[in-house]
Amino acid sequence: MALIELCGVERVFHLGDSTVNALARIDVSIDSGEYVAIMGPSGSGKSTLLNLLGLLDRPDAGTYRLEGRDVTTLSPDEQAAVRSRRIGFVFQSFHLVPRLTAAENIALPMMLAGIAASERTRRVDQALKDFGLNQRADHRPDQLSGGQRQRVAIARATIMQPAVLLADEPTGNLDRTTGDEVIHLLETLNAGGVTLIIVTHDPKLGVRARRQLVMEDGALKHDSARLPDAPVG
Amino acid sequence: MRFADILRFARDAAAGYPLRTFLSVLAMAIGVAAVVVLTALGDGARRYVVGQFSSLGSNLVIVLPGRSATGGFNPANAITKTPRDLTNDDAAGLLRLVPVQRVAPLFVGNSEISVGGRLREAVVAGTTASYFDIRNFEIAQGKVLPDEDWNRVIPVAVIGRKIQEEVFGNQPAVGQFVRLGDRRVRVIGVLKPTGQGLGMNTDEVVFVPVALAQSMFNSSTLFRILVEARGRNQIEDAKREVLTLLKARHGGEEDVTVITQDAVLATFDKLLRALTAAVAGIAAISLAVAGILVMNVMLVAVTQRTAEIGLLKAHGARGRTIRQAFLAEAAMISVVGAFAGYLLGQLGAFMLRKAFPVFPAYPPDWAVIAALATALTTGLLFGIMPARRAARMDPVQALMKY
Ligand SMILES: Nc1ncnc2c1ncn2[C@@H]1O[C@H](COP(=O)(O)OP(=O)(O)OP(=O)(O)O)[C@@H](O)[C@H]1O
Ligand SMILES: [Mg+2]
Repeated sequence: MALIELCGVERVFHLGDSTVNALARIDVSIDSGEYVAIMGPSGSGKSTLLNLLGLLDRPDAGTYRLEGRDVTTLSPDEQAAVRSRRIGFVFQSFHLVPRLTAAENIALPMMLAGIAASERTRRVDQALKDFGLNQRADHRPDQLSGGQRQRVAIARATIMQPAVLLADEPTGNLDRTTGDEVIHLLETLNAGGVTLIIVTHDPKLGVRARRQLVMEDGALKHDSARLPDAPVG
Repeated sequence: MRFADILRFARDAAAGYPLRTFLSVLAMAIGVAAVVVLTALGDGARRYVVGQFSSLGSNLVIVLPGRSATGGFNPANAITKTPRDLTNDDAAGLLRLVPVQRVAPLFVGNSEISVGGRLREAVVAGTTASYFDIRNFEIAQGKVLPDEDWNRVIPVAVIGRKIQEEVFGNQPAVGQFVRLGDRRVRVIGVLKPTGQGLGMNTDEVVFVPVALAQSMFNSSTLFRILVEARGRNQIEDAKREVLTLLKARHGGEEDVTVITQDAVLATFDKLLRALTAAVAGIAAISLAVAGILVMNVMLVAVTQRTAEIGLLKAHGARGRTIRQAFLAEAAMISVVGAFAGYLLGQLGAFMLRKAFPVFPAYPPDWAVIAALATALTTGLLFGIMPARRAARMDPVQALMKY
């Protein structure tokens, strides 16, 4: 059974009189543990697709099955619960809460889920160690480097042990070396079993993924899983 | 999200914007402090007046000529026409009533007192010995008026402290003769200073036997009859029987008003309580304003933290959790503001009491409780709208704000 199954998914935005077909009849299925790169020109619908996969947005048509369950019909609270337990987000500009320390930022999803403080401390300590942030636990985001911030963000995204990790241009605000480190970290997590879906503009990063989805004008132009011989890019 | 976590999160959020938080706390504090101080003033006035009345004497029943429509205390009595005079005989008759302990007639007129070359205006009060007992007046030198037949004209006087000082200076007064209007009377006593009472300052009064005053002013009409009941629980009986007897004596006509000190007190008490409540109401407007300010501040907070709200939603926060977090923040601002305002108000009342020691400016409990409750409810009420706005925010749009 596929982890993610999109069937005829559409997303239409209305801007005054004009309509934008941000997603047009997307059919795609992603298995558990896959490493997928979503690529394509600006405005092709990559972020829209990722937001749909992360249950931050609802399709105007089609169905989305996550772990066999139709999640498009869930109530907002049920969707929040799915986001809490099954989905992790990593953003281009880190999205850390500025007034909270690194440790508190990492603990945030657990706090929202109502996990006891002692358990939170235990898991945050482990995560700080795993992500090489031991010395930075009490630092606020503005006292961290870009790479460190993104590592905190990734630690936060994975602290609830989600099934899917969604990353929208996670290296977009980082220099080459730091970006590579972050990608390496994400790949390690993927090797540990997490399904990894990365949106990227960078073809070099795209080819590292085991599967590439190329978007154009809201449609899925290319899926390397379906056409294994087609060129990438 | 756990309750303790919501509180901690809200506290950190409020602390994250210190100036904004401080200003809304201050607004709330000023509102509460205003209620506390103003009601302390109002209630202080009430206590002051009640205290003054209580010093009139205990278990007092007062008879005044003229009928009041309600039968209660009515300031209009002072100007209503008197159908039939109150006389010494009316007063003497009241002594026979069982619940009555003492009776004192009171006749009042204005005259001049002079000794040697010194001359002074004075209130002449014609009464009897029991008046001093009823009003708890104490004698500094000499003795009180003689306990004689009320209709005997005896040329003696008991003078207030101020009269003594102004007319006799350092000379002894007791035993001296003074001219009072067209009479020559002998001073037999000087009262201890009683201070400012309601109506007349007894330090500036010349007390003479009632018959003397009546003959001086050529009138038998009494100003008041003071009746002392045998006990607190007999006040109502005394009042009823006094009224019945006087009605019978006046040919079945109910042409007097009998008031008890309790009734007078109750009227003033009610009046000043209403005043205090009105003042509290006016001050409460500032609380509503503070509530609106809290709402503004929270709306700004929601806008400022839009991206954070999106982030929380992306990480599994339910709408309810976000609503609670923002509501908790508004509640905290209100609670801290209300508490600070309470302390500020108590400090203000304390300084008032220091500045005016005779004025018991204590805020009444109800006002303090009402102020705190209003502060909290307005804070929460006005926090609801911003919190709902935060909870309803579309996460995708919100996340784009980073
Ligand atoms: N809220 C919205 N309202 C209107 N149009 C929108 C909205 N969000 C996205 N769009 C439109 O949908 C299309 C797809 O947008 P999307 O953000 O998914 O592109 P993208 O592939 O992520 O581009 P980029 O690489 O620049 O991030 C664009 O044409 C965009 O203008
Ligand atoms: Mg995008």
